[in-house]
Formats: sequence, C-alpha cells, structure tokens
Amino acid sequence: MPEHNDIDHISGRSTTGHEWDGIKELNTPLPRWWILSFYATILWAIGYWVVYPAWPLFSSYTTGVFDYSTRASVVDELAGLEKLRGEKMAVLGKASLIEIEKDPGLLGLARARGKTVFADNCAPCHGSGGAGAKGYPNLNDDDWLWGGSLDQILQTIQFGARSGHAKAHEGQMLAFGRDGILTKTEIVTVANYVRSLSGLTTTANFDAAAGTRIFAENCAVCHGENAKGNQALGAPNLTDRIWLYGSDEDTLVETISYGRGGIMPAWSGRLDPVTVKALAVYVHSLGGGQ
Amino acid sequence: MKPAVNKTVSLDDPVIDEDGPLYVAQSKVYPQSVHGTFRTIKWRLMVVCLGIYYLLPFVRWHRGLGAPDQAVLLDFPNRRFYFFFIELWPQELYYFTGLLVLAAMVLFLMNALGGRMWCGYLCPQTVWTDLFYALERWVEGDRRDRLKAAARPMTAGRAARRVLKHAIWLMIAWWTGGAWVLYFADAPTLVRDLATFQAPAIGYIWIGVLTASTYLLAGYMREQVCVYMCPWPRIQAALTDEWALNVTYKYDRGEQRCSLKKSFDLRARAERAGDCIDCNQCAAVCPTGIDIRNGAQLGCIQCGLCIDACDAVMRKIGRKTGLIGYDNDINIRRRMDGRSELFKPVRPRTLVYALLIAVVCAAMLYGLLSRTLLDLSVLHDRNPVAVRLSDGSVRNGYTVRLLNKRGFDRVIAIDVDGPPETSVHVVGADSVTVDRPMIVLARDTTTELRVLLTAPVDDKSQRSMPVKFRVTDIGLGEVASSMDHFVLP
Repeated sequence: MPEHNDIDHISGRSTTGHEWDGIKELNTPLPRWWILSFYATILWAIGYWVVYPAWPLFSSYTTGVFDYSTRASVVDELAGLEKLRGEKMAVLGKASLIEIEKDPGLLGLARARGKTVFADNCAPCHGSGGAGAKGYPNLNDDDWLWGGSLDQILQTIQFGARSGHAKAHEGQMLAFGRDGILTKTEIVTVANYVRSLSGLTTTANFDAAAGTRIFAENCAVCHGENAKGNQALGAPNLTDRIWLYGSDEDTLVETISYGRGGIMPAWSGRLDPVTVKALAVYVHSLGGGQ
Repeated sequence: MKPAVNKTVSLDDPVIDEDGPLYVAQSKVYPQSVHGTFRTIKWRLMVVCLGIYYLLPFVRWHRGLGAPDQAVLLDFPNRRFYFFFIELWPQELYYFTGLLVLAAMVLFLMNALGGRMWCGYLCPQTVWTDLFYALERWVEGDRRDRLKAAARPMTAGRAARRVLKHAIWLMIAWWTGGAWVLYFADAPTLVRDLATFQAPAIGYIWIGVLTASTYLLAGYMREQVCVYMCPWPRIQAALTDEWALNVTYKYDRGEQRCSLKKSFDLRARAERAGDCIDCNQCAAVCPTGIDIRNGAQLGCIQCGLCIDACDAVMRKIGRKTGLIGYDNDINIRRRMDGRSELFKPVRPRTLVYALLIAVVCAAMLYGLLSRTLLDLSVLHDRNPVAVRLSDGSVRNGYTVRLLNKRGFDRVIAIDVDGPPETSVHVVGADSVTVDRPMIVLARDTTTELRVLLTAPVDDKSQRSMPVKFRVTDIGLGEVASSMDHFVLP
C-alpha cells in the first residue's frame, strides 16, 4: 500500500510508493468487471462446496447435494463398457475359430481381447509376449507339446494339462533315476544319446549302441521310435532345436532322473467361453499356430 | 483518471509515450460514425470475413460416394478433416501446426510493415465489435445523440430502441454460434436437425456458449478485450521496431495546436502554428476511446478511423490531409531536421519473416504434394524380439499398419526384401498366396496386420539385418515402403 500519497507528475496519478532505480510504479486500479469476475469465482467456489464433495470431516466428508462420486461414475462407465463389449463378444461367440481368423475385423477383435486376457492370466508363466521360460513353453515357436492347431490350442486352454480336470491332457515324464528304472550310468548314456539326436556334442567315451538300446526300451514308448515325440501324450520332439527345460547334459540327466510334469491349469471354469476362444485365436496368431 | 489530453506538449516531450488511456477502463466509449478510405476498407473486409465465416459451411465439394461433400468439415467422430481437395487424418495434424506457424509469421510480418493491421482490420474481436457499433448507431443514433440521451432520464422510446438493439445483437450472436457448429457436421442436415430439435445436445450447448461470448465480447467488453485480455498487444510492443509504420499523429506538423482563427492570427504575424485545430474528431471516432495524439499506445488497435476523421476536417478547412497517417518517429524527426522522408519496408526483419513464410509454405506444399494416399508403418515385436523354430530357422513378428486414404477399397500385395529365403506369412491371409500375400484394404481407413517373417539363418548370420516392407496397389501401381530389422535371438 502506498505509504504516502505520492503523485506522479507526468501522468498525474498516484503511485504505489515503490521505487526501483528512480522508476516508480503507478497505482493502477483493476477494471470493475475484473473485480466482479473475481467475486463471481468466489461465489462459484462456495456453490461448488454445496453441490459436490468438498470438506473432509473426522470420519467422512461432505458429500454435496448432487450426490456425485467419481467412484460411482467409474462403476457406471465400466458397466457401459461391459455392455458394449458384450455385444461385440457375442459376435465372436457365434463365429467359428477359422472364421474369426479369416475375418480381419473379428481377428482384430479377438486379438485385442486375447492380448488383454493373456496379460492378466497367462503372462505370469508364459511371459508377457508368450516367449515362455524354462518349463513354460514358448507360444511363439512352432513346437507344440499338445498340438498347435486352433482347436488343439483351444482345448489345451479350456482343460489344461495335468490340471485335474476330467478332460485335461495327461502324460508324465517318468522319474527313471529316482524310481530305480535306470542306473546313473545308463541315464548319462541316454542323455548323451538324446543330445546326439539333434546334432549336439556328446562326451568322448559315449556308448552310442547302449544309448540306442536304452532309448528304444524305455523312451520310445512315448517319444516314438524316431524320437519325434507324441502330442497325444505331450511327449516332446527330441530331435529339434527347442528344449523346454534345456539341452545341456546336466539338465537332461536331471529330467530323466526325476521326471517332469508341468501343469497347465484348466481355464474353462475361470474364463467365459468367448474369452477362451479369443485367447486361443490370440495364441494361434502369435506365430507358431499350425 | 486520465490526464487532460489537450495539455501542451513540447516536441521532444517523452509524455507522448505515456500509456494513459489504459487506465480509463470504466468509461464507456461512444465512437462517432466516420467516412473515408479506411472506413471503406474496413466495411469491405468485414463483409468478406463475415461472409466467409457464415457461408463457408454451406459450400459443397464433391468427393465421391460415401464421403462427405462439405468443402470445409472437421469430422471429429470419424477423425477426418476436410478442406476442399485436402483430406487430413489425425496423424497429419502437423499441417495445422504449419498453419499456426504460418499465421504467426504473417502476423509478425504485417506488424513489421504496418503495425497492428491484424488488430485494426481482421481480428474477430474488431470485426464483430465494429458490426455491433454500427448497429448501435443505426438503432440508437450517433455519438452526440447517445451522449445526450445518456445524460437524461430514460424514456419509453429510448427503452424500446435499447431492447431492439439487444435483440439484433443477440440474433447476430446466435447466428455466429450457429455457424460455428456447422463446421463440425454436415451443414444442411445439422440446420434441419437444429430447427426440428433433433440435433445432439452438444450442438445447442456450443451455440449457447458462442452466442454468449459474441454478445458479451462484442456488445459489452469491446476495447476491454484488447486492453486487458489479449496478449498480442504486449507481444506486439516487444516485436515492433522504429521502422514499422503505425497510425501516427504527426506532431511535427500538428503542434502547436490552436484554433483555426488563432492559427490565422499567428501565421499572419509569421509565427508558428500547428495544423491541428484541436477539434478532437480523431478521439471522437476512436473505437477504443483513446487520443492518437498521445502517441503510440497499447489501447490503439490502429484501425485508421482517426485518419479518416482528421482528413475530413483537413479537407474542410483547406489544409493538407495526412496529419494523422501511417508513419513512424524516424520520419517525424527527419522532417523536423528538414530531411526527406524515408521508408524502409525491405529490411532484415521483414526479409527474415518473408523468408520464413516462404520456407514454411514450401515445406507444407512439398508435404502435401509428396504425401502418399497409401502408407504403412511397421512395428517390430518387442517381446519376444525373435523366435527360434524347431528346424533352427528364426522368425520375427511385426505389426504392420496399412493406410488407405483413397475413397475406395483396393487390393495390395506385400513384398519383403530381407535375409535370403525369407518367407512371409500374414496371419489370417490365404495361405495360397503366402509368397506374396494379397490384402484387401477398405476405403478411407487403416488395416492392421500381423506379419511373420521366417528365415533360415546360420551362426554366421549377422545379429541384425535390414528388412524392407513394400506394399503395392495391384490396380493403381502405387507403392509405399518402410524399413525395419530382422534380428536373431
């Protein structure tokens, strides 16, 4: 506030009394409409307190006469979203898996839905991009334990593997070492034999004939005479470049000694049929689908 | 309050630069009608500007079946922007950026040449305020009548005229808001829907908002907008230089001001008398209520009406016109020193602005002419970046988005130049054409594809190899391509 009524001699107006290097600030009143606008905003704020949630109380808050809450509006919006989604998803429900994949619109819809559901449910084991991890299959490659066609993928997602579901895939890698079926030496021999099938190096004193014999007697039942595997039993192809648990000798010895039996849960009871369908199309479209 | 305007000023007095009228905010302005060159220019520009604004939505432009036929249309629901022969997609919003840059540069250039030409002639605030002032004078009478009436008690006749004035104002304001919404939907349809109350609520809301803003800004706020709200006068003051021409009172010629009779007496005695007879006509016609004789000031929008007013008086008393005119301080001083006037429209500042305008124009024109109506963008899978297949070959996945900006469906082929023996597979596409997948692109939309490339690579292969995706329109031969990489696990 001006300490004294200092009048600027040029303009004839009063100054604020502030001075910087000989420059004085004129006292410039705001226009009336500006002041009125300012008072209007204050009134607006008071009105806002009345109609919207505003003041915190000890254990709650003033809710306002409009009874508005952001939480309620989110619930409303989600309900609207579900309704919208339901209409779209009904179309997916009617179409067959092949039809979905051939129609760009349906494919896009199924992939979008599948991607979200995959991230929520499958990514913890299979990875966010479906690239898998040790013991959890990579869903992008062309090697499938239980089959990579649309129908087979759908079935695996619905009922799982070793999940306890009545329709689940069953099949077990036996614990040849722990259960005393093979000796330690035999296990090392057959492990080297399995490595040789896919062109991997073997130990120097590896007995190929013994390996062939042990494999034929113990492994060929599930993995096949030519070791190409059997999708009905979930027995992997041992001649290709893809290894679920690893291809080094120690890992193979561990696998043969103690067996394997990873579990894929059944999703048919947890996710609705249309969502499972979308998921199957999504997984099939990752690249490995057959 | 404002100091007396007619106090004597010496020619070198810095008082001339004071920003006095800025602080007479509350005093109502009653500008007097005026005739002359600048008034005519302003009338014509008003007709052109308002004509474009109100009528442009109704101009048709044929674009083919299924596409809107409105010349200028901002179609937000479908995310398309139409401007005569140009159709822009949201990702081409940089053209609007270019337009804004261009607008700024043109504004700067105008300012460097002729001061606040935008403010005085073209700014919507000026145009609508000018229109509202004209209507006010037409209904309630000119400055003198309204000043007189304002000092007297209200009569029934005056009240009726005031109601009429506000009714006309509101009608224009409503029309202004109405024209605004027509740019966002098919105009004839929307007019019919609005009239039959079938239009969406947002349409009525926007009309209401713009009716209110037009009525308030042009009817009440007027020069307050220029003086208090608009940032441009502040920026303009920082951008101007001493060569820019501004509406200027030529005090070298006008001072000392004295009445016509006294100037005759003085001149008869061979004493100096200025040409300004202090008739105050320049101040009376001013729409922002300032006195130009106080020099360049924030309140002056440089509309040139004081020039018309002063010239009319000068003609009447037989003196040379142009006592107020487009001029600058340099020439005032040159004339006072007895030197000739000097105008420099071409100087580094204007050249740079003109150059920038040319560059932006050329860049935008090049962009427009070289843009393709078929385009693609490729996004490599991030997780996993590469997949090893059972036979040892490697597969990379890509999300390819194709843009068909034409108004009809078309068939395109996808070719890939990548590592040797690369095979291409488009998820969902017919496996018969797997070597050269054919895709149908719907009209005026984008199509997203999942494309898988598989290549037999060995350990000697590079970790990352360039891949070129090329799409070809089978019918038209249009080609677009995009580079990416093929990587090994």
